[in-house]
This record gives sequence, structure tokens and C-alpha cells, in this order.
Amino acid sequence: MNSKTLMYVLKRILLAALTVWVVITITFFVSHAVPGGPFTGEKAISAAAQAALEAKYGLDKPLMEQYFTYLSDVVTKFDFGPSLKQRGQDVNDIISRGLSVSIKLGLSAAAIAAVCGIVMGAVAALKRNSVLDRCIMVFSTACVSMPSFIMGSFLLLIFSLKLGLLPANGTTAAGLILPVITLSLSPMANITRLTRSSMLDVLGQDYIRTAKAKGVSGMKIVFKHALKNALIPVITYVGPMLAYIVTGSLVVEKIFAVNGIGRAFVGSITDRDYPLIMGTTIVLASLIVIMNLVSDILYKVVDPRINLE
Amino acid sequence: MNLKKLSMHPDLDCFAPASEAEKEYMVQMRPSSTFFKDGVKRLMKNKIAVISFFVIVIITLCSIILPMFWPYKYDQMLGVRPGRPVNSSYNNLAPFEYGEKELERMAEGEKIFPHIFGTDAQGRDYFIRVVYGARISLAVGFFASLIVLVIGLTVGSISGYCGGKVDIVIMRIVDIIYSLPDMLMVILLSTVLKEVLAPLIAGTVLEKLGVNMISLFIVFGLLYWVSMSRQIRGQILSLREQEYVLAAQATGARGKWIIMKHLLPNCISVVVISTALQIPSAIFTESYLSFLGLGVNAPMPSLGSLASDALNGMNSYPYRLVIPAIVISLIVLSLNLFGDGLRDAFDPKLNG
Repeated sequence: MNSKTLMYVLKRILLAALTVWVVITITFFVSHAVPGGPFTGEKAISAAAQAALEAKYGLDKPLMEQYFTYLSDVVTKFDFGPSLKQRGQDVNDIISRGLSVSIKLGLSAAAIAAVCGIVMGAVAALKRNSVLDRCIMVFSTACVSMPSFIMGSFLLLIFSLKLGLLPANGTTAAGLILPVITLSLSPMANITRLTRSSMLDVLGQDYIRTAKAKGVSGMKIVFKHALKNALIPVITYVGPMLAYIVTGSLVVEKIFAVNGIGRAFVGSITDRDYPLIMGTTIVLASLIVIMNLVSDILYKVVDPRINLE
Repeated sequence: MNLKKLSMHPDLDCFAPASEAEKEYMVQMRPSSTFFKDGVKRLMKNKIAVISFFVIVIITLCSIILPMFWPYKYDQMLGVRPGRPVNSSYNNLAPFEYGEKELERMAEGEKIFPHIFGTDAQGRDYFIRVVYGARISLAVGFFASLIVLVIGLTVGSISGYCGGKVDIVIMRIVDIIYSLPDMLMVILLSTVLKEVLAPLIAGTVLEKLGVNMISLFIVFGLLYWVSMSRQIRGQILSLREQEYVLAAQATGARGKWIIMKHLLPNCISVVVISTALQIPSAIFTESYLSFLGLGVNAPMPSLGSLASDALNGMNSYPYRLVIPAIVISLIVLSLNLFGDGLRDAFDPKLNG
């Protein structure tokens, strides 16, 4: 790693940290801009009780003081405070419980998307303009233009309600199959398209012709020379893919009743549980920002030809 | 022919008047094609783009015209008559079925307009709701892209033209907004804006539009302009340095001519293409938010909220999910394909 790369990496890390701070700030002030406060619910409570509650949660202090307390809690202790609607539970507990399920879901979806997408993209590029290529491209175009909630509903309708093959409820291991497939389809289609175009690009390069002229076997050309280079642009998609999976999991977990962080988030929106909304937004946003950072840096480090800036 | 090679005398043959055959060679066979005409010609050759264009036009026209003469309204509960108990025979009708009163009237020989897609759980004609949903989705996509276009164009061109410190500040802000996870911010902002805006717009014209709709537009205006402004800034920066601008300057063209004839047409293709591709993504976002219950206000339907409502009765009435799903996929797919076609036809870099 030369000094130029190091500078780039440092700059990106700084920008990512700044972004996370902006996210925390926006979520805090936006949530506190809601009129009425969290305790003006359906049930009327006495002024004394409300004052006591506000004092307990520190809501009676000036807004800026609350902001700095929150910021320091989040940054130093990673503490998002207590949930307002689920009594006796910390936002941290709810998030970590949800994340353990969601990470399983997201990682399996990402793995399936990457493996199937790369294979399909490479096959499509190698068999360019064949029937197989056409089929793969039509399939991936269809997957890209279908919103995740529609894909999920369709899969649910076909495989669990009509055919009865898989459970509709995502709380068991078998029940996670459909949500994983739903989440993986759109990233898979994107990876297929990316791999295909970059593979076609690489296959037209001089060094492939040289390898062929030297008599290198077809398999070796594909795996050692073509695919290895064709996958570099695919790295850039890792960040957006994670962002898609995170937002997609919000609806997918709603459809399949998976007890993940997405469902907690959607639930917190309907409950107006602001600490939980803030906590999940910050955690998910940081996750996306960090993954974007990693994929960007990886991309620049893996391919030295890429111009930094 | 002058055979003296070293003679300085001009060859008089070179100055002979042109013959008829030579004149014919110079005649303009057809008027020179403009950039726009060229692009349209290329676009017309792209069958997929043309088909998608017609699909979009047909869906748009249907969604505008059909509600005008359709006998049912999108929020009209057919079983509810003032002063009478609710007639539940109108609820959950299958396609081409009729309610009790309608059957009686048909027995008397009256013609009743059929419920092509049946009715929903509250006895509302489903066909007109889907048509209305498509209308809302298209309108949201169109206006959201318009907002993005205006803000992105303004900021991008300011940044590109001014350069220097202004450019640096704007681009850092753009960088940060660009790296914000958009969907999460959209959800957060629309959740909160809903609460904040509701008392503000009560009693005004805006109330009819719905708080969710307005917060959706605000969110789009706040977050989605960044990629547009980046593209336009980049375009203006690189166009300013092009050789043909230098050539135009060298031949004495004035600034206005260069901007009108060289910079603007090249920018416009980028602007049109990214606006066209912005529409499906806006529709996507709207349907996503509607599905989470943050989209348009009930009873107004959007394709996302129709699909979301259909989830509850999915086993008994699967077509209620399938129909809006197909419509939304068709809209997004054809808009995407048309946008791709536009890019292929109008992006000067790909012309080769």
C-alpha cells in the first residue's frame, strides 16, 4: 500500500465517520421534532405522572443537553437507552436479539446471491447470444424490476399457500428458506448482469487471446484469467447489495413474520417508539456505511489500475 | 496537363467552372439530421424501447381517462346506502360477480356494469382501485422526478459553473447525503414528517393530497437530488474543457452560442436519461413505503398499499395481490427498459 492509497483510505474512513455522525444527529433531532412527546398517547396520564416519566428518561432537560448525552452514550458505551413502549427492555437487547436472526438471513441471502449470480453471469457471458444467455438475462431483468415485497408475497402464495411445500412462518429454520430466496433474487440479478458485462469486457482483452494462442485449456482461461479479473467490478456492488438486503429485510420480515431487526423497526414505527426507531436506524445505517466503506476500499486495493480520485 | 513539374505557373485546369456532374455531387440530398432527430431514429430502431414506450403510454392514458367515465368511484362502498344497514353481499365479490341489489335489478332486465376484478373487503370496485393506484404511482413517480430534476439541475449547474470554494462545499454536502442510507432516512423522515405536517396543513388544499404524499415529496427533494446534481456538475465540468468548445472559441463563437449550441444539448441528454430512470425508482420507493403503511392516505389507493391490503386475504383472493403486482412490475419494467433505450440512443459517449 503506497501513501496515495493510504490517504484515500483515511479520507474514506473520515467521510464514513462523518456520515455516521450525521445519521445520529438527523435521527435524534428528527425524532425529537415530533409534537407531543412520547407519552402523549391514547391513555391520558396526569401531569405529575408525565413529569415523573419525563424526569426518569431525562426528557425534561434542554434539547442540546439531551443530544450530547445521547451522542456520548451511543459513541462511548454503545447504549441506546431504554425502549419506551416495551417496558423494562433496553433498545440494545431488542436490537441484538433481532440482529442475530437478521444477520443469519442477510448473510445467507448475500452468499446465495453472490454464488448464483457469478455463475449465471459467467455462463451467460461465455455462451453469449445463445438461448441460455437470453433466458438468464430475461430472468434477471424480471427480478430487478420486481419490488421485494411483491416477490416475497408471490413466493409465499405459491410455495406455502398453494403448494404447501414450505412453511409461511419464518420462525423455524425451514421457514427461513423463502425469506432468504426473496432477499437474494434481486441482488443475484444485479450480480449476474454485472458479471456478464465485465466478463464480456475481459474476454475481449488481448491477454485472453494470448493465453488461447499459447494453448491454455478453456477451463484454465475461464477460471484463472477471465473470471478473476471480471470479478473486480462486482466488489463495488457489495455495499449497495447490503443496503438492499437491509431495506428489503424490513418488508420480507413483515411478510414472513421473521423476528428480526427489520420487524422490530417496522413495529417501532407503528408504535412510535422513538428510542427504538433511533437505535435501529443508527445501527442499520452504520452497518451500510461501513460495508460501503469496506467495498470501496477493497475495490481500490485489489485493482492497482484504478485511479484514486 | 502541365508537364513541367517545377513550374510555378498555376494550373489553369484547376480553376475551370464545375461541370454538371461535379455540381450534382455537391447537392444536398436530404437535410442534415439534428442531434435530436438522430437520437429518435436510433430509439425507433430499438424494438424493446418502443414497445415499453407504448406500454407506458397505454397505462398512463388508461389511468387518466378510465376514471372519468367508470360508473364506480375508488372510495365508493357499494354495499353502503345512506339510511340503510350495510349490505355485505357487495364485499369480497369475485370477478364478474354482482351484489344482491344488482342481481335483482339485472333480473328486471337492467344492464349493470360488471366488476371486472370483483370488489374488495369493503365492497369497493377493485378495477377502479387498481386504475387509481396506477394513476397515483405514476403521478408520484413523475412529480418526484420533477422535484429531483429541478433541485439537481440548479445545484449541479451552480457547482459546475462557480467552481472553487462553492463547488467544494456543495460537493462535500453531496458526498455525505450520497452515503446516507436513503431508504432508512426516507422511512424515518416520512414517519416524523407525517406527525409534524398534519396540523400544519389541516384545512388547506394540501390536506386533500395527504400528509404522507407531501412528506414523500419532501423526502425526495431532500435526498434524491444528489446523484442528479453530481452528474450535471460532472457533465458541465468536462464539457467546458472539450476540444470542440475550444474550436468554437477559436472560430470566434461567443459564450451564448457555445452554451446554447454545445453545452446545453449535451447536458440535456444526461438530464433526460437520468430523469427517465428516476421515475421507476421513485415509483419503487413509493410502493415500498405504501407497503409499510407510510405511503398515500387511505382510502386513496396506491399499487403498494393495494398489495399490502391483499396480503391479509391472500389465500382466498390471490388475484387481488397478483393484479397490482403485475401492474407495478409492468410499469417499472417498461420505464426501466425505455430509460435504457433512451440512454443507448442519446448518450453521445456510446455512439462510437
